[in-house]
Amino acid sequence: MEMIELSIDNKVLRVKKGTTILKAARKVGIEIPTLCHMELHNMNIENKPGSCRVCVVEVDGRRNLAPACITEVTPGMVVNTHTVRVLNARKTIVELLISDHPYDCLVCAKSGNCDLQSIAHKFGIRRVHFKGEKSTYQKDTSPSIIRDVDKCIMCRRCEMMCNEVQTVGALSAVNRGFISVVAPAFEMNLEQSSCTYCGQCVSVCPTGALTEVDSTNKVLLALMDKSKTVIVQTAPSVRAALGEEFGLPAGTLVTGKMVAALRRIGFKYVFDTDFAADLTIMEEGTELLGRLKAHLAGESNAKLPILTSCCPGWVNFMEHNFPDLLHIPSTAKSPQQMFGAIAKTYFADLIGVKRQDLVVVSVMPCLAKKYECQRDEFKVDGNPDVDFSMSTRELADLIKQSNIDFLNLPDEDFDTPLGESTGASVIFGNTGGVIEAACRTAYELYTGKKLDVIEFESLRGKEGIRSAKLDFDGLTLNIGIAHGLSNARKLLDDVRAGKSDYHAIEIMACVGGCIAGGGQPYHHGDSKILRQRRNAIYREDKNKTIRKSHENPYIVKLYKDFLGQPCGQKSHELLHTVYYDKSREEITIHHD
Amino acid sequence: METPVNKPKQLRIALRNCGMLDPENIAESIVRDAYQALGKVLKEYSPQECINILKQSGLRGRGGAGFPTGLKWEIASKSKSDQKYVVCNADEGDPGAFMDRSILEGDPHSVLEAMAICGYCIGADKGLIYIRAEYPLAIKRLKIAISQAMEWGLLGKNILGSGFNFEIKLCYGAGAFVCGEETALIHSMEGKRGEPTNKPPFPATSGFMKKPTNVNNVETFANIAPIILKGPEWFSSIGTKNSKGTKVFALAGKINHVGLIEVPMGTSLREIIYEIGGGIKENKKFKAVQTGGPSGGCLTEKHLDTPIDYENLIAAGSMMGSGGMIVMDENDCMVSVAKFYLDFIVGESCGKCTPCRVGNKRLYEILERITQGKGVMKDLDKLKNLSYIIKDTALCGLGQTSPNPVFSTLENFYDEYYEHVVEKKCRAGHCKNLFHYVINEELCVGCAACKRCCPVHAITGEKRKPHYIDSNICIRCNECIEKCSFDAISIQLEPKILV
Repeated sequence: MEMIELSIDNKVLRVKKGTTILKAARKVGIEIPTLCHMELHNMNIENKPGSCRVCVVEVDGRRNLAPACITEVTPGMVVNTHTVRVLNARKTIVELLISDHPYDCLVCAKSGNCDLQSIAHKFGIRRVHFKGEKSTYQKDTSPSIIRDVDKCIMCRRCEMMCNEVQTVGALSAVNRGFISVVAPAFEMNLEQSSCTYCGQCVSVCPTGALTEVDSTNKVLLALMDKSKTVIVQTAPSVRAALGEEFGLPAGTLVTGKMVAALRRIGFKYVFDTDFAADLTIMEEGTELLGRLKAHLAGESNAKLPILTSCCPGWVNFMEHNFPDLLHIPSTAKSPQQMFGAIAKTYFADLIGVKRQDLVVVSVMPCLAKKYECQRDEFKVDGNPDVDFSMSTRELADLIKQSNIDFLNLPDEDFDTPLGESTGASVIFGNTGGVIEAACRTAYELYTGKKLDVIEFESLRGKEGIRSAKLDFDGLTLNIGIAHGLSNARKLLDDVRAGKSDYHAIEIMACVGGCIAGGGQPYHHGDSKILRQRRNAIYREDKNKTIRKSHENPYIVKLYKDFLGQPCGQKSHELLHTVYYDKSREEITIHHD
Repeated sequence: METPVNKPKQLRIALRNCGMLDPENIAESIVRDAYQALGKVLKEYSPQECINILKQSGLRGRGGAGFPTGLKWEIASKSKSDQKYVVCNADEGDPGAFMDRSILEGDPHSVLEAMAICGYCIGADKGLIYIRAEYPLAIKRLKIAISQAMEWGLLGKNILGSGFNFEIKLCYGAGAFVCGEETALIHSMEGKRGEPTNKPPFPATSGFMKKPTNVNNVETFANIAPIILKGPEWFSSIGTKNSKGTKVFALAGKINHVGLIEVPMGTSLREIIYEIGGGIKENKKFKAVQTGGPSGGCLTEKHLDTPIDYENLIAAGSMMGSGGMIVMDENDCMVSVAKFYLDFIVGESCGKCTPCRVGNKRLYEILERITQGKGVMKDLDKLKNLSYIIKDTALCGLGQTSPNPVFSTLENFYDEYYEHVVEKKCRAGHCKNLFHYVINEELCVGCAACKRCCPVHAITGEKRKPHYIDSNICIRCNECIEKCSFDAISIQLEPKILV
């Protein structure tokens, strides 16, 4: 590799050819400020349109200032990162951005987490010298995401996420000049677009232009209502990230404190979505074995590969983009919805509360879950199985609003019966986790043997598309895993073309899985945070005594007392669903 | 009759055939030597030999930046790839400019032929013309020309039996000014949003569909065939030391003969304005000429004798651009001129980078305040500083040159800015907030002609008694002055007096 010598702020250094000034500077401890630039190491996610111009530096011999994030080093380059010319330009650019930004930091959902706010603070901007018209647009509220694009600074991070990482294509820059903004095409709102509500745009938005629909007030009102019994379920990934909102290092597991906090907020029962994840495995695993046996028996209509269906962002994506393949995903509902269905039947009967008086709240790392719980097929006489879905961030807000000293809470346990879970359900939070959990159960059910090694290391990893061959006592099972919807699209294109030889495919909409979901605490482009969360999830699995879904005693009891058998009639009524074609006509560009 | 076009000051190379032939009949073009150069290149020259001829000729890009064409082709020819493209930039967007359109409508084969030559030189077999959809006639004639050239074996497979293949397709632009910038143009052709990206990589190494791409302007292409046929020495004998050949300008504004002209590089502004253009309309006083389009600058009387070439224009604070030339007289307000161009830029910026998207809007707003008489001296400093920062930090050529109208008017017409800000006066009588109409009581006979024509009923008065104009109502449409037969109404260059 060719090395290049240059100097930055009088420090001489040698870096690989192709390195940008920004990265070279970081090597010698010089932090050039950036705004639009964002990079998640090892996840192949990088946004560098070079558009905000905050990172400009002075390069000797160059006519104008150079954007450090996209300018590659050249031999003998002399770079200065803090001359008067540079500081003046940088400050003016941030002032220009602020001059076209609403001054409502005090009431902005992103206050305290806003990159524009912190850079203004860092630059010591106390006055904006430019006053003039501000660009204003219609606010757009969807079931999951709110767009307030008056606050858009055209960093294009959301667009990169939506188009390159997710290939959803809902967001793109529109208009010219001063009124340019990132929006769905043809002034559509998100609901009319092909948006999957994966929320990755929200997780990377540096300002308050994209935020989640806030359900905390609705939850508080339900809690205050004496006629209601309010119960809560928490998804696996929440416990691995919630602590970050309270200043704990990334990857700190706060399961016990979270349960204690929820109890103090006023939830009558604190349950675990993990329980429902175990239930999902029972249903999905049985479905997989059923289809597999049909396939092995030579039935031509055996629907393989089977696709996991617990990710609502992914389900939306499939309904929009692969309407011809709607017969292959598992019909099992997601854990959130399975929980809701069981809570409002089995559990409501158990405690003698009417369905209408039971309010189910979920805490999810996800924004698509907000949309999912509002889907008509998950309602009985208009009453939803899950009433409100909150993000991890909203839970943190709720805890703070409830005057709870989170860090000094004792560790408490989930309530029974819907709070017991296994290690298999915890790993749902990581990419590859669902299929690993399914294999733990499917292996034992299929072969009748005990698993020697519980961890399927071959299913773990961070590559966008992974595949593994598992030996089920002589039967080779081909497993595919994709995370990030662009990778899912590749696998699905193969399936559509008949080129896929997988038996089962796990798909998660967000790169990394739920730990990096759109409802998690903001990572601000720090991929170390995501790595720590991932490790925490595997740690939680290791710490569990029961690590296979079918060994969860409360699951066994649920089947015995209520459901009968996996994929039985009752299961089909309560725990399975159907998918709809949501595709729209494609727009093609006319060329001669 | 002698028309301005025929004056000897002009020399037509790019426009050589415009108006001389039926562009919808290839035979007429061939009679006038079309495809002779292509044949000569394919038969006699290797790609590198042909590139050398262009390098020797000194031809530079006519799109604005003036990059040496031969060198550009050479870089593209040296890029290794299985597929390369030749792109013709026909996204002419400067207000008032129509030289590319005239060439495409009047002599489409000159461009097609040159694109094929370029394809041969750089090793490309596909050409694309990016043309704005607002040019329907040019599109129609290009389509006819392409199909006729294909029929005649001058495009397509195995051209003139040489084994060289070249085909040309059209891509339509939606008329975005920024799509004249080559990286934005390429994105637009790919079906993406027309916005520029950082260079490097240059299109010559990674362009259309990430393949090496050579982008040239229409006028540049129109110069190629004559250079091949008449030799590089002939071409380089025309023009100045570093700018060879001729340049087409679209002469517009307060000048007697408006229209396209083609003059050798080095011709002075005085020759263009007073000899070819026939002088200023109504014999008014020349004030400035704006060259280089929206991102160019204004030249004044002191530049009248400067020989026009790439370097001199830049040194004078303007640029060649694609060749717009708008002449202004004493009735033009220079602050308003700067404001007009900024307005254009604010609407045509792609909106990608902050300085261009927001900075230009703020520049425009400051200029607007000044023309409304609300400016303060600090605004002049702000204008200068912000212009400097936009130039220093914007992403592409459009943004980096967008403050040029402000720079050059501030430099050359500072006193006009000063008058607007301090004296609240617009000497050209252009800024509506800074003057008002008064009726001279001694001259007014009370005929009520002005009263009758006033569209906003700002004039009052009894018959046969002097009338009065209420400045607060008046919209300064000038109708009353034109109607008054007694010269009783005059303009007072003071800000309106609010009653």
